[in-house]
Amino acid sequence: MKLILNEEEQMVRDSAAEFLAEKAGPNLLREIRDSENPLGYSAELWQQMIELGWPSILVPEENGGLGFSHVAMGQIMEQTGSSLASSPLFATSVVGASVLALGGTEQQKAKLLPRVAAGELTLALALDESARLDPKGVATSATAVEGGYVLNGSKSFVVDGHVTDQLIVAARTSGVPGEGEGISLFLVPREADGVAVTRTPMVDSRNAAEIRFDDVSVGEDQVVGAIDQGMAILEPVLNIANVHLAAELLGIANECLQLTLRYLKEREQFGVVIGTFQALQHRAAALWTDIELCKSMVLKALQALDESPEDAGLIASMAKVKACKAAELATNEGIQMHGGIAMTDEFDMGFFLKRARVVQMLFGDHRYHLNRCAELSGY
Amino acid sequence: MTFRQETREWLEENCPPTMRTPMPEKNKCWGGRNCKFESEEQKLWMERMAARGWTAPSWPKEYGGGGLNKDQVKVLREEMIAIKARNPLNSFGISMIGPAILEFGSEILKQQHLPPIIRGEIRWCQGYSEPNAGSDLAGLQARAEDCGDHFVVNGQKVWTTYADLADWMFCLVRTDRTAKKHTGISLVLFDMKTEGVTARPICLISGNSPFCETYLDNVRVGKDQVVGEVNKGWTIAKYLLTHERELIGNIGNDSGEKSLGEQAVESLGLKEGRLADEILRAEVAEWEVDFRSQQLTMERVKDEITSASVGNSSAMLKLYGTELNKRRFELLMALRGSNALSWHEQSGASRWLRSKGNSIEGGTTEVQLNIIAKRILGLG
Repeated sequence: MKLILNEEEQMVRDSAAEFLAEKAGPNLLREIRDSENPLGYSAELWQQMIELGWPSILVPEENGGLGFSHVAMGQIMEQTGSSLASSPLFATSVVGASVLALGGTEQQKAKLLPRVAAGELTLALALDESARLDPKGVATSATAVEGGYVLNGSKSFVVDGHVTDQLIVAARTSGVPGEGEGISLFLVPREADGVAVTRTPMVDSRNAAEIRFDDVSVGEDQVVGAIDQGMAILEPVLNIANVHLAAELLGIANECLQLTLRYLKEREQFGVVIGTFQALQHRAAALWTDIELCKSMVLKALQALDESPEDAGLIASMAKVKACKAAELATNEGIQMHGGIAMTDEFDMGFFLKRARVVQMLFGDHRYHLNRCAELSGY
Repeated sequence: MTFRQETREWLEENCPPTMRTPMPEKNKCWGGRNCKFESEEQKLWMERMAARGWTAPSWPKEYGGGGLNKDQVKVLREEMIAIKARNPLNSFGISMIGPAILEFGSEILKQQHLPPIIRGEIRWCQGYSEPNAGSDLAGLQARAEDCGDHFVVNGQKVWTTYADLADWMFCLVRTDRTAKKHTGISLVLFDMKTEGVTARPICLISGNSPFCETYLDNVRVGKDQVVGEVNKGWTIAKYLLTHERELIGNIGNDSGEKSLGEQAVESLGLKEGRLADEILRAEVAEWEVDFRSQQLTMERVKDEITSASVGNSSAMLKLYGTELNKRRFELLMALRGSNALSWHEQSGASRWLRSKGNSIEGGTTEVQLNIIAKRILGLG
């Protein structure tokens, strides 16, 4: 398969870029922050994304979706990075939809996926319990009782957890923390009895939540996938999630580079534009190179999700590593090359820096994924 | 039968088993009049591939090339990698001067030079750098005097790769000393046996002598051996440099060589499934990620190639590939510890030392950064 976009994917990319450049952008995020918008995203923007059909892209056709490609969705995710567009698209339409499509019973899929595709139902994966990703470390317990399970424990860094309709909760049905076996997934309405949600405004002006589960009863029909075998769903879902986050990071990195290049061509010091200084030219050229390398990796990883998802683990982690590092470099270099103005809240660069770090940490930073690369490569 | 199947079957039948093993640097086949094949199989493999035109798979059939399109070339490459087939012929003729002759040369030059390149009969060297023209290549001073039906060339070239083993040289010379430095240069071809050509090997820090100083004293060059137009050689020189950069950027990609991860496991061993040294483990993994991204970028560049984009991507690939290769050798040295520091051929120290030149030859890393900043990013 060629490492280029086909015509359809290119169209998705171009239209997403155009739409988000007009409707999103740092100013929208600034407004969300300054107005203390309780959603952490613009309901209007989300509504428009729904009208464009974006939440249906990864939902299979037989469940009312478009069943379109990860490559196409990745183009949109990249543009949400460039435009800092905040919405439930990632948590619901990438992660949530994938959990259900991969692990849901026929009944769950028939009932829930058409609503996900239509943007009527939002989802949030409640996985983390520690400050750094450790999927096997799940300690939240799900105790079998007659007709279902009772959940106890707490989760953190649940993106969109404060507003979502349904939570997808990873809880332990057997074994001990540290074991991959024994984890199961449950669909839990956010407003169910015993669920306590605390909104945690994040550094990127978006929201996540800490969620406590105190004797929360769930029925057997709320189990997603086989009991004790949740890892078999989580692993491919985390691959998907991380590749799309890599696409978002690529968008962030590239936008920082573009902003910086514009500034280097405008800003004058010593009577000339600062882009004539070799010290800055070389920094910019090195950054551009890193972003070009990242592009290839992200595209390959998106293609792998479409073509051979069962073998996508290594390339998914590699893409997250490369994208985390490119975004870290681009945001840091962007600030350095802009100089003092980038330290002001009034300037946009800070928003990219803050968003990048949240995306980097979400579902594992580059160090987490480097370790996984080594494991998957047999060392 | 698809092209892939055909190719697979042909390779299976024609690639000798000994040509499917990792190829040590010293056993590479460079062809030419002085060629010493390491084995009968190596000779056979080169000849079989050459007869099919697959030593230069994309060149037109009329000159003996393979006549394959871009997709077919990719298939051939993939199938060769799949059976770990060695490159049958390393050749600056194929990677550098051949493409330039195809693009800019006269019909006479094409018919004279391309078939022997494809057959591996003539080995070429490149006369570019001079003692006072390194990064500032266009400042070169070797001059060609117009003597009616021929030129007479005088000057000195340096860093001429294997000039002592090569049969012909493609050489940049100044044909107009009054013009601006980029506009008075021509690209000429001559036989290394021509009177007045002397090549003297330079011993490097690696202990090897892959480069020469080449002295040109009243060397007579026929006017039909000018590639393209007189005084328009700089355009071709730049075109050639992009090929050289791709070549240098591609080092570390010898088919058959074990991955860095595998070599790390061999050197350090595993402890509970993990490389025994945690810090080296992280560094090796990081290198492997970067290497993969380089490989994928070469693939992407080939897939999206338009003639305008070639020069741009070659600067990036040269820059990144050579820095990556230096890192690889530093890691290999670290993995092998004091064993790597012994001064004998198998230690790897020689290749490590040689790699230091990668980010200098063919345009330094800093020159590549300048090219990217100016031509691609529009700075300065």
